[in-house]
Parts: sequence; C-alpha cells; structure tokens
Amino acid sequence: MSWDTVIGLEIHVQLATKTKIFSGASTAYGAEPNTQACAIDLAMPGTLPVLNKQAVNYAIMFGLAIDAEIGQVSAFERKNYFYPDLPKGYQTTQLEKPIVGRGNVEIQLADGSTKNVRIHHAHLEEDAGKSLHEGNFNSSFSGIDLNRAGTPLIEIVSEPDMTSAEEAIAFAKKIHSIVTSIGICDGEMSQGSMRFDVNVSVKPSGSETLGTRTETKNLNSFKFMEEAIKREVARQIDVIEDGGTIAQETRLYNGETKVARSMRSKEEANDYRYFPCPDLLPVVVSDEQVEELRRKLPELPDARQARFVKQYELSEYDAGILSSDAAMANYFEAVTSACNNAKLAANWTMGELSARLNNEDLSIANSPVSAEQLAGLIVRIADNSISGKMAKEVFEAIWAGEGSADQIIDARGLKQVSDSGALEQMVADVLAANQAMVDDYINTDEAKRKKKLGGFMGQIMKASKGQANPQQVNQILAKKLNELL
Amino acid sequence: MSIERREIEKLATLSRIAINEETISEVSQRLGSVLELVDQLQAVNTDGVEAMSHPMQATQRLREDEVTELNRREALQAIAPETEDGLFLVPKVIE
Amino acid sequence: MHNLTIAELVKGLQSKEFTSVELTQHFLDRIASLDPAYNAVITVTAERALQAAAAADQRLAAGNAPDLCGVPILHKDIFCTDGVRTSCGSKMLDNFIPPYNATVVENFEQAGAVVLGKTNMDEFAMGSSNETSFYGPVKNPWATDSVPGGSSGGSAAAVAARLAPGATATDTGGSIRQPAALCGVSGIKPTYGRVSRWGMIAFASSLDQGGPMARTAEDCALLLNCMASYDDKDSTCIDREVPDYTATLSSSVKGLRIGVPKEYFSEGLHPGTEEAVRAALADLEAQGAELVEISLPNSALSVPAYYVIAPAEASANLSRFDGSRYGYRCENPKDLEDMYCRSRAEGFGEEVQRRILIGTYCLSAGYYDAYYGKSQQVRQLIQQDFVSAFENVDLIMGPTCPSPAFKFGSKGDDPVAMYLEDIYTIATNLAGLPGMSVPCGMVEGKPVGLQIIGNYFDEARILNVAHQYQQASDWHTKAPEGIA
Repeated sequence: MSWDTVIGLEIHVQLATKTKIFSGASTAYGAEPNTQACAIDLAMPGTLPVLNKQAVNYAIMFGLAIDAEIGQVSAFERKNYFYPDLPKGYQTTQLEKPIVGRGNVEIQLADGSTKNVRIHHAHLEEDAGKSLHEGNFNSSFSGIDLNRAGTPLIEIVSEPDMTSAEEAIAFAKKIHSIVTSIGICDGEMSQGSMRFDVNVSVKPSGSETLGTRTETKNLNSFKFMEEAIKREVARQIDVIEDGGTIAQETRLYNGETKVARSMRSKEEANDYRYFPCPDLLPVVVSDEQVEELRRKLPELPDARQARFVKQYELSEYDAGILSSDAAMANYFEAVTSACNNAKLAANWTMGELSARLNNEDLSIANSPVSAEQLAGLIVRIADNSISGKMAKEVFEAIWAGEGSADQIIDARGLKQVSDSGALEQMVADVLAANQAMVDDYINTDEAKRKKKLGGFMGQIMKASKGQANPQQVNQILAKKLNELL
Repeated sequence: MSIERREIEKLATLSRIAINEETISEVSQRLGSVLELVDQLQAVNTDGVEAMSHPMQATQRLREDEVTELNRREALQAIAPETEDGLFLVPKVIE
Repeated sequence: MHNLTIAELVKGLQSKEFTSVELTQHFLDRIASLDPAYNAVITVTAERALQAAAAADQRLAAGNAPDLCGVPILHKDIFCTDGVRTSCGSKMLDNFIPPYNATVVENFEQAGAVVLGKTNMDEFAMGSSNETSFYGPVKNPWATDSVPGGSSGGSAAAVAARLAPGATATDTGGSIRQPAALCGVSGIKPTYGRVSRWGMIAFASSLDQGGPMARTAEDCALLLNCMASYDDKDSTCIDREVPDYTATLSSSVKGLRIGVPKEYFSEGLHPGTEEAVRAALADLEAQGAELVEISLPNSALSVPAYYVIAPAEASANLSRFDGSRYGYRCENPKDLEDMYCRSRAEGFGEEVQRRILIGTYCLSAGYYDAYYGKSQQVRQLIQQDFVSAFENVDLIMGPTCPSPAFKFGSKGDDPVAMYLEDIYTIATNLAGLPGMSVPCGMVEGKPVGLQIIGNYFDEARILNVAHQYQQASDWHTKAPEGIA
C-alpha cells in the first residue's frame, strides 16, 4: 500500500528587536544569566507590560512579505500553564485576533517547479526563558535563566500543504530567507532564532480523509527537522500497517541521539484557559502605518533573484541560491560592487567561501574573509596576477588572517609572471636545455604532438616556480615550437 | 450544588494548589455555592451582545524599542528563595 | 493635631505652625499606642518616616513646597514600596521586599508626603471584611466586634481612628467605598485608568483601581491630585490631563440632576441605611439639586458577573506566586510540582485559593463560553445601563452598602453572603466608572455611607458634590468613642 504524507509547520521566529516585547530589557544574545531579566520579565508583583512598537512593525512587515491580511485590530491573550521558564505562569500570546492573517509563500522544488504553501496566520507572542539542568549547583535542582523570557516572537502557522520532508524543508528555508531578507530576524539557527514545530500525518494515497497527526516540537535545524519528519512518517506507516492507530500527541526529537519520544503524559493535563489579557489593550494598526512599512520593506528574495539574473547576468539557479539568504546576498553584492566581476563574485561566494563556512559551522556574518578581502582576491584573479591554484592558497591565507590578497601575494612572492618578454626568454631557455624533447616533438605525428606539450609546460612552470601565467606560456610555447617545424 | 471530586482535583492540578483529603468536600460545597450564584447569568439573553474585556475604549500604546532596563540582578535576586551563579534554583525540571 | 484635616495640616505646615517631624512623631505615637486595638497597620516605617519628615521640613523652609509636603499618610500594603516589605496581606509575600516603587508611591514621594507605614488588608484584596488577612482582621474603630469592611479595611480604620489623616487604597469591587462607608470616612475610586496600576499588586487587572481615603471630600481631592497621573508603564492608564480637583469644590449643586436607581433601594437594604441615604439625598435636593428616579435594570447581574471575571483574572494574575523567584517557598519540596502545589496551598489563604479555583473553573475547557464569555457580555449590558442613565443625569447616588458594619464571623461559612456585601459597588468597577462613599448617618452607633457615582473622568464633580454635602452636614466630623 502506498501512503501520502501531510505536513504543516509552526515556525517560531525571534524578532531582531533591541528589547523585549513587553519590557525595556535587552535581548542581546549570550549575556550572563538573568542580567537581562528585569522586574517585568521576572513577573515581579505589580509589574505591567507595555508593547514594543518595533515588534509590531516587524510582524506587519512579515505579513506584507507574504501578501497577508494585516489585522487592523489584534489582541493579546493569556495562555495559562506552570513551568519554571514561564515566570508569569502564563504566556502572553495572540489567539482570536492575530496580527497577520492568511497569506501565501511560494517554494521552489528540486525539479525546478514551484508550489504555493498557504499561511493560516502569524501571531505575536513572548518567548520563555531557559531551564539548565547542569551547572555549579546540586543535581537535584535546575537553574533558571530568564534572559530569553519576553523576547518577541512571531509564530507562523502554515496550512497542511506540504507532502514531503523536502517540501517542508524548502518551506522552512523560504521563511528563513524571507525573515532575514526583510531584516526582522537574524536567522541564527544555532542561537535558537528560528524553531520549528512539525505536524505530520499519513493517509492512504489518494484518500480525502486526513490521518491523525502528531506534533514534533522545538526542532532547531533544517537537518534535525528533515530527520524528524522522515522518521515520524516511517513510524506512522509502520504503526498503521501493523494494525495500530496513531495517537494525537506531542513528540520530542533529539537531534543528537536521533531518538523521538512522546510527551503524551504532559499533554493530557493541559487546558490552557486562554482569555483576553486585561493588562494589554487592543492593538490598532492604521493604514498609514502599513503603507509606510510597505514603502520601506526591503527587497524580498524572489525579487532579488530576478534582479540578480537581470543585473548581474547570473543563471536562475545561481541567483536563487544567492538570494535565498539575505546575508549571503548582501555579501555577494558587496563583493561584486568592490571587484566589478559578478560572475567570479558569485562563484567564490557560493563555492569556496560557502564550503569553508559550512565546514567550520560559521554563518556568513561571522566570515573570517570580509567581502572587501574576497573582492581584492577576485581582482587579482581577473587581472591574471595569480592563477586559480594560487588563488586558493591566497584565500586560505586570508581566512587565516594574514591580511589582504595583495599583502599575501607580496609576502609569499606569489605574483604570476605575465611579462611576455620574460616568459619568451624562459620558454627559449627551457627549449634550449631540452633538445631531446624538442627533437621528439618534431618527429611525432602532427595529430599526437599536442600531447607532448604537457612535458614542456611542466618544465617551464618548474623553472618559474609556478609563477608563470600558464595561458601565456601555452601561447608562446606553441608559437616557438611551430617556428622549429 | 456541589462540584464533583474529580473536577476539584482537576482544578487543583491546573492551578497547582494542593488540596488535602479532609477539606475536599468542604471546598466542593463552597465552590458549588459560588457557582450557583454565578449561574444566574445563564438566564440572561445576551444574543448579539459584544464581549467586553476592558472598561475603557482605548487602544494599546506602543513603546519605542530602546533599552531602558539595566542589569539589576543582584537586587532582584536578593529576595529569591534560592540562587546560584545568577540562576534561580528550583527542584529539578524533568522534561 | 490628629483632628485637623489634610487641608488644615497643609496650611499649618506651610505657615510653620508645626513641623512635619512633630506631626509625623505625633501620628507614629498614635499608631504605637492605639493600633494594637485595631490592627490597621501591618508595617510601621518610623525611621524612614522621620527622615522623610526632616527632608520635608527643609523643603517647606525653602518655600514653594508642594501641597502634600510633610503630610503623613499610610499606604495600603498592596502598593510596592522600595525597600519596605509589601505583603498584600498574604503569607505568600510576608518576606517580600520589592526593589521598586509603585507609581502611586513614587508620586507621593515626589510631593514630599511622609509615609508612616503600610496598612492591613484582605489577602490580595480579596474580601469585604478584612478577615482574610494573614496578619489578622482589622477592627472597626466604631465597634471593635465588627468588621471595618474590605479589602482596604486597614486604610479605612486607620483614617477613622486618626492614625493618619489620609491613606491610599484600592477598589476592585468596592474595596475603597465599602470600608470607607463602614468606618465613617470618605473614599473615592477614580475612573479606571486614572491612577497608575504600576507596582500595585494585581487582583483583577480590568477592575483594579487605586484611590485615596481621608475624612473629608476636600482631603480626598488633595490626595487624588497627587495620586492620579498618566503613567507610560501602565498600558491601561489613560493619557489625560489631571485637573486640580480642589478648584471646583465650591461650585454650587444647584440644577444638578442626581439619578436615584430604584434597584439600589430594594430588598436586602437595611431600613436605617435607607433612611440615612434618603435624608442625604433630601439635603442635596434642599441645596438645589434635582432627584430623578432611574433604573439600572441589570444591577442584580453585577455580582454574578463580577464573581466570574474577577476570579478568572485573579487565577492568572496569581500564577506568578509559585515559589520560584520571590515570596514563600514550602519547606523541602520533593520535586517541582510539590514545590508549586505546597507553596501555593501554604502561602495562600482559603479565600484566595477559592477564587483561584473558581477562576480556573470558569476559564477551563467546556465552561469558558457559559461563564467567562457570558460574563463579559453581561458586563457590556451593565455598562450600557450606566451610559443610558448618564444621558439624563449628572450623577447617580444611593447607598454604598446594604447595611452597617457586621460582626466578625457573622457571614458564616457561605462565601456568597459576603459577596453580596458589594452588591451596590461592583457595577461601577465592571463599567470602569468613578465612585465615592461619604459618611451620611449613623445606625446602631455605626456609620452609613452615601455612594456617589459619576460619569467617566468626572471625579471633580463627584468631589464637588461630596464637598458641598459635607459643608451642610457633620457626619464626616464624627469620631469613634475614645478617638477624638
């Protein structure tokens, strides 16, 4: 029997505001525990929330980016449950009147086709703090750090429009691309800036009726998400094929151990008792505010891709990859404008640089090679100062912090010899010193002579310590050998 | 009117209030009498009446995104039951 | 000195008849000698008070000091005071010393007022008799076997016993007006959003409102001038200029249309109370006001609607008291759940627990629409009653509570009997309207309160009429036996 998979996503996106959604405490990442948790974040008695304007604007910008309805009047609710990382004993969130209504996101699939994923809504809410289970404290305790408590989030809820892990990943990456492009999220997955809850169900192929779904919560990388979906789909099919039924439940997937488990016991007791938050009034968004944000909305990934194709004459494919990540697109444009060579800028950004960053698990924002440095390298490649092979060596040296391309080329004496007078002399010297090879060349059939050129090249490059410009050497060599025939 | 024991236990769990065996029937009876009072609402015709969450017809004011709260960890944790290295300590959380 | 009104104290301080230090010491002495009989004050801050008084005297000497500079007051123990224990009448916060001030506290500090201490109250402001305080009940200075009302019973009793010339209080369903009535003092609950709720420990956020208590309407006006402010830390605080409430006190009541709701004079009203209130209305009529019978048809629904909305909001507001970050934590919790459940069972008293359970019930799956949703609709109906009434009248008047102060324990085991104590005061909280109680008579040796309800932000008119009534009556000057 064959099965269809149905997937819907809930994506938590941390907004890149300077302060919390309801307090003036900083949201900067990596501070000492509880140094960015003010009296409001700690839910001290008598403290009250005041809504951050930028959080509202960012949510609206997301709505505009997915062509969604913007809620003219939205409202906050309290979602009640006890947990040590939730200081008030309720999360302030939106339920009945979210700020962003229905919208659409187009994703590109591996076969080049596109697909529309509907967004059900997106709402504003506050993040929780963190429970630490290990530290300089008795192991019967947990340590609570509330620095993250109150960080603004939008939760983006999709319709169950995806049918495979690949589509879900494409959708998740597209959301990542949109929120980083419009600058409302830093996109740092390793810092928890985006987290995914995945709803998965299966049904017999072609069936109209949806199967029972499970929700796997809090996945924080595309890789874990893909694994979690694939494993969950396989598990559900196994259960059903063995005559079992799927329980509607919340699951956790541990990306390190690759083990998923049910949180059923916890779910049963939940009754969140949502009700309108009396400390916050209805949020009214004016048409003027929306229009102003629309005017200021940065370029969206799809528009950027189209522009890259047109402006830089890149392929659709290259333009798509570069525009999918705002930081990469910005980096590419910075390199291009500094070196005036879009093709090489694209190749190096997507190739050597991306590969190196991936290996080291670094984001482009933290790249040891700046756009300016990469542009400097490309300038020297383009003007034939260095060969492609040397360029890789220079790139490594820049990465290691040895300075600019020119500094490294000078320091290592890597400058390619392109002076034709010097090269002619070098070729003449090598031919004179290798009379036997020259004779062999002359006596070889014309059709096979080309193969013999490599031997001369090797000698010449050796004599030049690799610094001779190979293309020029090739030309000179061919010319000189022809003269001897 | 009294509330069923099972219901009281659920409310106690949701609101994290330990209720001891001896008082459960008394609690049930007293909650029941309050519910009887509030049940008067059921007779009211509220068709088409909008729910009112706030007494004033005002809208939410928005705050500029500027840091106004500086680190006061020491003062805020001075009154905490148990802390270590800047963390609030609670009995171990089992996820 | 303790028989002087705040208005008189302001004059005396400004004209250097006495110093703030003398005044402060006088009231501290009174608290020390008299309060053991009333239990109105939980925490006395003598040292701080004398320091503040000395600073106030310097400001007074320099000239141009604000009205309240050097005037001693008491704060209800629901307002957070930086460095001073703020218990909210609960074991849960018996050890809680906030590192911040409520905006109300800040406003009085800026004005140079001297804080003598913190007043007793029903636990988390949940009660109408002050019997739910962790620190024991407050006794009514007029009859120590009777309740002072609640939840601001400590503030009312302290003002009645002349332990302070004025005090702050809060009102969620009548908690300023009912104890003011039962203790024979004046107290005003302003329009919702007039006084900042920042640092005022929340009971039911959409109903809570701070306000002053004093012996006279004029003193309430002086205190409200300082207490009311726009505060950008409270999203529900209304950005609207605070008028000088003393400026219009002497306006005439001639031609004023006073609505008298027939529902406020029905079954359950003590005949003596009715008589006193009717006499007060007649006095105002004699001054030229016009009495108009009106109807607030949904009045009877205010108590049931309130006992859904207030507990529902409270059930969430009180979740933060979980033993994790401040306040009471039970001994040796065996795990996290045990810490939550026992800290809350041991830290909260019976009435608070009851309201949390009721609120949880009304919000829980399957009951929300029937209880919470319905109550919010009824709340709308109650507000509409007032909106319609104010199309025809300037103010609404009636009794503050159904009967004079009752004896301790007399409401028995039935929480509902106690809830009905607030039957005339609750509707104004649901609607967000301002309301005041002023003394208007005595029944069985206990005071009776006249309630004055105004339109939104019409505090000045309420205070004006109350003041005019007090110019022609002397109920507000009466003191309990042994006090004057």
